[in-house]
Amino acid sequence: MSFLNNVITGISLGSIYAIIALGYTMVYGIAKMLNFAHGDVIMVGAYMVFFAAGRFGLPSVVGVLLAVVVCTVLGVVIERLAYKPLRQAPSLAVLITAIGVSYFLQNGAQILWGAATKRFTPVVEGTLELVPGQLGISYVAILSVVCCIAVMAALTLFTTRTRMGKAMRACSEDKAAAQLMGINVDATISSTFAIGSALAAVAGVLMCSAYPVLSPTTGSMPGIRAFTAAVFGGIGSIPGALLGGILLGIIETFAKAYISTDLSDAVVFAVLIVVLLVKPTGLMGRYVPEKV
Amino acid sequence: MKKFLALLLAFVMTLALAACGGNDDNQNNNSSAPDGAQGDTQTPGNDQSGDAQTPGGSQPSGDAVTIKIGGIGPLTGDNAQYGTATYWGAEIAVEEINALNGPVRLEFNYQDDTGAADTAVSAYNTLKDWGAQVIYGCTTTTPCVAVASETYADRYFQLTPSASSPEVVNGKDNVFQMCFTDPYLGTAGADYLSENNLGTKYGVIYNNGDAYSTGIAEAFLEEAKAKGMEVVATQTYPDDTTTDYTVQLNACKDAGADVVFLPIYYTPASLILSQAKQMSYAPLFIGGDGMDGMLDMDGFDKSLAEGLLLMTPFSAGAEDERTKSFVEKYQADHGILPNQFAADGYDCMYAIYEACSQIDGLADMDHAQLCDALAALFGGGGFAVDGLTGSGMTWKDTGEISKSPLIFRVENGAYVGA
Amino acid sequence: MKKKLNKNSLNGFINYGIILVVYLVLQFLIGGGMVSNSLQSLLVPACCYVVMAMSLNLTVGILGELSLGHAGFMSLGAFSGIVTSILLQSVLPAVPLRLAVSMAAGALAGGLGGVIVGVPVLRLRGDYLAIVTLAFGQIIKNIIMVLYVGVDGTGLHVALNSDRFILAEDGTTIIKGPMGAVGVTKLASFTAGFVLILITLLVVQNLVNSRAGRAIMALRDNRIAAESVGINVTKYKLMAFVISAALAGAAGALFGLNYSSTVASKFDFNTSILVLVFVVLGGLGSIRGSMIAAALLYVLPELLRSFDIAEYRMLIYAIILILVMLATNNPTLKNFFGSVFKKKKKPASRTSK
Repeated sequence: MSFLNNVITGISLGSIYAIIALGYTMVYGIAKMLNFAHGDVIMVGAYMVFFAAGRFGLPSVVGVLLAVVVCTVLGVVIERLAYKPLRQAPSLAVLITAIGVSYFLQNGAQILWGAATKRFTPVVEGTLELVPGQLGISYVAILSVVCCIAVMAALTLFTTRTRMGKAMRACSEDKAAAQLMGINVDATISSTFAIGSALAAVAGVLMCSAYPVLSPTTGSMPGIRAFTAAVFGGIGSIPGALLGGILLGIIETFAKAYISTDLSDAVVFAVLIVVLLVKPTGLMGRYVPEKV
Repeated sequence: MKKFLALLLAFVMTLALAACGGNDDNQNNNSSAPDGAQGDTQTPGNDQSGDAQTPGGSQPSGDAVTIKIGGIGPLTGDNAQYGTATYWGAEIAVEEINALNGPVRLEFNYQDDTGAADTAVSAYNTLKDWGAQVIYGCTTTTPCVAVASETYADRYFQLTPSASSPEVVNGKDNVFQMCFTDPYLGTAGADYLSENNLGTKYGVIYNNGDAYSTGIAEAFLEEAKAKGMEVVATQTYPDDTTTDYTVQLNACKDAGADVVFLPIYYTPASLILSQAKQMSYAPLFIGGDGMDGMLDMDGFDKSLAEGLLLMTPFSAGAEDERTKSFVEKYQADHGILPNQFAADGYDCMYAIYEACSQIDGLADMDHAQLCDALAALFGGGGFAVDGLTGSGMTWKDTGEISKSPLIFRVENGAYVGA
Repeated sequence: MKKKLNKNSLNGFINYGIILVVYLVLQFLIGGGMVSNSLQSLLVPACCYVVMAMSLNLTVGILGELSLGHAGFMSLGAFSGIVTSILLQSVLPAVPLRLAVSMAAGALAGGLGGVIVGVPVLRLRGDYLAIVTLAFGQIIKNIIMVLYVGVDGTGLHVALNSDRFILAEDGTTIIKGPMGAVGVTKLASFTAGFVLILITLLVVQNLVNSRAGRAIMALRDNRIAAESVGINVTKYKLMAFVISAALAGAAGALFGLNYSSTVASKFDFNTSILVLVFVVLGGLGSIRGSMIAAALLYVLPELLRSFDIAEYRMLIYAIILILVMLATNNPTLKNFFGSVFKKKKKPASRTSK
């Protein structure tokens, strides 16, 4: 029973990593940049829902929609002001700017909303009892798994079937060639950010519903974990992000339960290293042969 | 490009250095500071208000001596909520004290240490440049140990509101604590549980990446062993950004623990409570002073904490006049209820104020003489202070405080003496 | 060819010159009591971060591999340096010597860590390599966080758990799990930091201008081409990586011995990122740039204290960071300054993909 419990815990935790990783991998796979501010956009999204639903008593659906809108706008504004001028710059320059944006969002949130931890009111509450008193799965976990799969399916369809999606993939393959084919690369990357940020809002709501505390630094650690999950699954691979997230959650839980809570972090990252050594492009990443 | 960068940075540097120089001037000739806060002895030492003429403090009494207090704590980063609380609590006390028109006035300058030892030491040196005479801080243990060894060498009196490890005061005659030490709280927790027969099997969940939490947990485990209590599960987690505690709770549940000791801060504790509820595990939870503040978390579902025991010196719901007025002011200024960090900070200022009032020849003392005088007074045992976190609080010569923790039980969303 | 070499060595001498002048000027000012306490207290950590930035530049700028776990090596160096200094307390009473030995021990520990991390890691490429360095940084932090080290009459005791950590009555605990190392005697000095910078400069510049250095840069610019002319990829990659780690270890030892308490959580992902910021702002591959950027950017948040902005301090720091990044990469500004300074075009250094 405790094994099943751990599996459920692992999947619940993993689904949160996965939903963040999906947003991460969108930006990461297409714009080829490590957007370290992604976790902080999640935090902003969660604050929006907190204020809309918790403070002003709006229905949670309205809160979520508001968060999606605010995060999308925020993502586009950040992209326009901080990342777009660096389109031609080395990728590390963009990375550092992203870190600057991350600091900015964290400290801005602290000044606006205070450093004190807030308790997030979950949009969904309760537990589905499988074996009363012994085995249960929270509705949030079910919701986040469903969301993960839905988002993954939608993104896969979007990138393979729609014009916009195909343009995105073209950009990720070769920006210059895409430009020559008449794709507006700038606009395509901007819309990637819009989608990534909208997903961040959803991720923020789900994360804070599952683990209902909220502070200006809430997003940073899960952001790093999700980044790890995205690489684990294979950079740019949408199903890989889902798989990587879930596996990361399960490994973390098992490491805590069966090895040591003291060293769980070390175990998680050690497994990651071993996997990458065996499969150097992640679980579902493509091997791109180098051209001479 | 590099040259441009070098130029730009050089420009920033020059600008900043110029500002530094400006500060030195202030220190020497008491000219006006950027916001008027670091002004001369005539202004009440209110850190932030530009219109420094606070009510009742408009006219300095002729022989008032101004003591410059330099505060250190995290105002940004992961620990910002604790640092801001100690800052705001102390700020209120400083305003009140200066409005008293007593023999001693306080001038207060609080610097951010981001919770790190190296930044704390630079913050301390900034305060030295400002002319601080007494150091108030730090909020968290690690930076406090680093600053304490500096103040010990430089001879500044230091009073910390919340850095609770014995290492903070260990071997230093000039450092005193306003909070309980970690081992004291851990031992008190174990004693209370065993004396009142509150459980048969005990579980402990603590943050093994945090000095405060580990300190209490280790003392608790030791005392539990001595008292023959059966500890069936000892679980840890690596830092307060951890979100999932199901595994740790499951371990306690499977081992049949009916009391779970949580020597942790309220943010992770609130998650543990809600996750325990989700898995329908309802042991008796007991926490330390770091747990105070949970009920006042914005949006917290108080029913989660029902029946929780906590050992804290302060309750924002206390009925005495002083607490009420403190809570009122704090809420008016910052929109949230104060927790024990804020209350300890408030008490620190009054302790410094009252001690300074008892010292003869205060006006002619430099920081080292003041340090010796204050340390002799605090460590002498005869000096007692009444505050929000206890009455008749005295200090041992080691720097530890003597006050007793109040044990509260959460009933209907409020603290009730247990 | 000859001319080129001369230019390189001239460039090197300028770097030594800058360091020497800055050191002498600061010493003079300190002697004259003209440097504020806060600036004085920043000198040693600034030296550490300068060395960190120079050493990370070796990995990121010269070798061309993104590393997100550099602070892990600093941590290894800091704690082994602290342990060494306490062990030698009675044997080596002379502070400068004890500091030097401790820093050497830190460098050794960092270098060993570099080998352990480098052998598996350097087989990977690009972001996969970056994430594995991040992972190693986290593992090192996690292990030191639960590490207990102490010394008593029977020798050195090491345990990963406080229960298993048993010390005789007269023993001294050196590292105490999450509390880290407390009660460390402060040995570090500005002069030691200055010497460490000089040594780092010597090592890095000589490496870059040597045969090995050219091989490393060839690997950065085109791995396949380099491999095809017979350059041993693993050997040279590992060489750069281990030297970088060892220098970080020495910097860590100096840093650890500058404060009476040090915790493992100080050397986390954020610290790695901070050093990376210095390197990128200073210019990839530019040793002088790393030096200047690290010194100024480390001091910047502290100098912002003077403006009495409390909570806004880090926000302003973030804004400055973004603006500097935008300004330094702005083509218009670049061209403008390019024409002003008549800078010769340098081939753009490759960055991590």
